[in-house]
Amino acid sequence: MSSVILEMRNITKTFPGVKALDDVNFSVQQGEIHALVGENGAGKSTLMKVLSGVYPHGTYTGEIYFQGELCQFKDISQSEKMGIVIIHQELALIPFLSIAENIFLGNEQAHRGIVNWNVTIAKTQELLKKVGLRESPNTLITDLGVGKQQLVEIAKALSKEVKLLILDEPTASLNETDSEALLELLLQFKQQGMTSILISHKLNEVNKVADSITILRDGATIETLDSRNDLVTEDRIIRGMVGRDLTHRYPPREAEIGEVIFEVQNWKVYHPIHPDRKVIDDVNIHVRKGEVVGIAGLMGSGRTELAMSVFGRAYGKNISGLVCKHGREIDTSSVHKAIANGLAYATEDRKNYGLVLIQPIKNNVTLANLEAVSGRAGVINKPKEMVVAKDYRTSLSIKSSSILQETVNLSGGNQQKVVLSKWLFSNPDILILDEPTRGIDVGAKYEIYTIINRLAEEGKGIIVISSELPEILGICDRIYVMNEGKIVGEMSAKEASQEKIMACIMQQQEVAQS
Amino acid sequence: MTTGTTLARDNSPVNSIVALFKNNLRQYSMLIALIAIMAFFQVMTDGTLMKPVNLTNLVLQNSYIVIMAIGMLLVIVAGHIDLSVGSVAAFVGAVAAVLMVDYNVNFILVIIIGLVLGGVIGAAQGYWIAYQRIPSFIATLAGMLVFRGLTLAMLQGQSVGPFPTGFQRLSSGFLPDVFGHQSLHITSLVIGLVVSLAIVYLDWRGRRNQVKYGFEVSPLGLFVAKNVLITAVILYMSYLMASYKGLPNVLVVLFILIVAYAFFTNQTVSGRRIYAMGGNAKAAALSGINTKLLTFLTFVNMGMLAALGGLIIAARLNVATPKAGTGIELDVIAAAFIGGASATGGIGTVIGAVVGALVMGVMNNGMSIVGIGIDWQQAIKGLVLLFAVWFDVRSRMKS
Ligand SMILES: Nc1ncnc2c1ncn2[C@@H]1O[C@H](COP(=O)(O)OP(=O)(O)OP(=O)(O)O)[C@@H](O)[C@H]1O
Ligand SMILES: [Mg+2]
Repeated sequence: MSSVILEMRNITKTFPGVKALDDVNFSVQQGEIHALVGENGAGKSTLMKVLSGVYPHGTYTGEIYFQGELCQFKDISQSEKMGIVIIHQELALIPFLSIAENIFLGNEQAHRGIVNWNVTIAKTQELLKKVGLRESPNTLITDLGVGKQQLVEIAKALSKEVKLLILDEPTASLNETDSEALLELLLQFKQQGMTSILISHKLNEVNKVADSITILRDGATIETLDSRNDLVTEDRIIRGMVGRDLTHRYPPREAEIGEVIFEVQNWKVYHPIHPDRKVIDDVNIHVRKGEVVGIAGLMGSGRTELAMSVFGRAYGKNISGLVCKHGREIDTSSVHKAIANGLAYATEDRKNYGLVLIQPIKNNVTLANLEAVSGRAGVINKPKEMVVAKDYRTSLSIKSSSILQETVNLSGGNQQKVVLSKWLFSNPDILILDEPTRGIDVGAKYEIYTIINRLAEEGKGIIVISSELPEILGICDRIYVMNEGKIVGEMSAKEASQEKIMACIMQQQEVAQS
Repeated sequence: MTTGTTLARDNSPVNSIVALFKNNLRQYSMLIALIAIMAFFQVMTDGTLMKPVNLTNLVLQNSYIVIMAIGMLLVIVAGHIDLSVGSVAAFVGAVAAVLMVDYNVNFILVIIIGLVLGGVIGAAQGYWIAYQRIPSFIATLAGMLVFRGLTLAMLQGQSVGPFPTGFQRLSSGFLPDVFGHQSLHITSLVIGLVVSLAIVYLDWRGRRNQVKYGFEVSPLGLFVAKNVLITAVILYMSYLMASYKGLPNVLVVLFILIVAYAFFTNQTVSGRRIYAMGGNAKAAALSGINTKLLTFLTFVNMGMLAALGGLIIAARLNVATPKAGTGIELDVIAAAFIGGASATGGIGTVIGAVVGALVMGVMNNGMSIVGIGIDWQQAIKGLVLLFAVWFDVRSRMKS
């Protein structure tokens, strides 16, 4: 029964200075869920862009056969016509248009150029039902959380007659429940005979749904594993990805925790647009010297808002409360002052808030601390800057052609490393990391955890916001649980477990409902 | 085939030269275009274009466009636009004229007042843009109307002039010659020589630094060729000018401004921050950059340079007129874009804007000599703008 639906042969794709894909062979069976895994910058997204015509025929070498037919797509619309639909790593919805408008964007239900809204809405409702999203078709995208936005993307894909669905890291910014739901959906589609390709760094998910797993490394196919018959362990996949065994997922650490160095007291924040909505409600947290503190919670629980409002009031209105360092109140009323007082905040949204994408790695690394690479007159010492950037490129192994490569051309994970470099270079005492390993491969995660440990050993205080509970449990000394703008639980890592954290969240939600 | 080979390794020498040419072509494309346009008009005008008199004229005619283009470049890089520069220039010129002619204020004081006034106007517009979040297009469109209106009111529809000779020299004066040679202005030649040597030295130093830190540099041959060419052009230009009246004062002002702003944008923290802000304002703000203040100051700077432009226009015409500087905002904006600035911000160079302004200037001058009417001149300039930006966009997409 296993007929091949897609076959990519000898695909080679080069960018100036980089060979992103080197003679890659990749084939997918009809009706399976095929996972594509590999380190950051291995070429996964590039391979899928070649397949879907984002990189048109002629800009790569090699052949693509879809359903036995040789395909030479000039653009995405041609591949979509064949039934190949890709959902990109970065969501591409238009925030101020409604769900229905977004779903049928470019594919408007129109007659002679006039949109038939009744048909549009009806079809949208049908699609939303398929993906299990209970929202009105007229809801604006901006009013939806990321999880729901992802479902809209899928509904949009389904609106085109899709035979092969490609999902590039669909769960990277989803919490466990949403991820779970999305994977269920994929399995459901499989039942209906759809074929899909799933790119993910979350190997447990891969294990759960994939029928076969292809591993890419440095732009080349390493192997394809069949997980239908025999169980493929996560360690087995990791070995293929990084080329060696990775015995521990989290580096061991001897925590040496000192006195309280950072405190946020009675922190209240109101919504910037709806000033009567309280986003953060009387939060008290503290961090000790050498301690890694986690903040767990669901998407939208107010963790990012808490961090950004503390970091120079970059979010919110009518903020009240105290921020103290070493027991003394510090002024964090602007980002500049917050940085000057030893705070750093690495954002979860690297494209919009983290990087100047049109600038090279070098400029991004030094942006928050240009003073350190310039003389008294404000003149930049360029050689020094180069050395700094090179150091970070090496120590965080940022995969790139040089420090002069524009960050827009880096793979997602490597962009994240540039954001981290920027804040490491600002040499903070308190480092707030918001989803620091989103979209990062296992090997690089380990490197980042190692860096976090090193910083803690140096006596800094670290706050990690993460939606991945295993990560929080794996690297933190103490964990706060946040829900709906409040701290609803606090526990030491020793007594914490996924169940306990979820229980904290649920309990509070029940209280809220009753 | 092995994995992970980079492109450079399996390239033949021919390919690498082609690649090199392509990479550098974009950087120098507008310079090459400028030279081509000059050559074209040199032929079309039977050599009039490069005659010492005309060359000097060309500088005098375009100096204020270049000056304002520098300010506009910063505004555009910061992610904004300023439509008011023509009106601001006219207004400052009118105030200066009234002060000098009606109140006999000393011209040096007038120049200072004019520059401060420009700064204040820039600050006023910058305030609305940076702190009240009015889109710059709208705030400066308002400014364009307001200051044109105020110019008319100030001059009561009349032309005001003439000015003291000291003021006129701002635009029409020349450097004195200390050597006193009859037919050749030796000082100008010496300055030309010093400048070109300085450029070669700085370029060489930059290259040496890059090599020291292990960075790829362009091949020595290209480096030498580039510097020989630049030196030759500067020496030839200064020779041409030396054989007329020498270097005009404005050219000196211009030169100082270009060097200062090129340095500012390339080498200083504030310059770097403007580029970062234009590239991604949110990321810049979250990196501790005071984006509001920076935007505000960018407009203050623009106001001052527009004022300087206005003073030079007035000095050159020896009269302030209500219509002075009408439409030059378009030349100034076009210059920045022809020079490779990006309309979405974050990209552009001072040198590029200067070259862009010269492209416009040479075309104006050349077409006038050839006898093309003002109507067709406009049309042709519009097309040049379109093609220049098209070329730039295309080469950017390819790289
Ligand atoms: N437009 C581009 N120009 C230059 N290099 C590029 C471009 N796009 C991708 N690359 C490079 O190609 C390589 C593969 O990138 P790709 O985005 O496919 O990685 P990935 O496997 O999807 O990684 P991640 O898991 O981090 O998303 C990287 O080294 C990247 O820097
Ligand atoms: Mg990717």
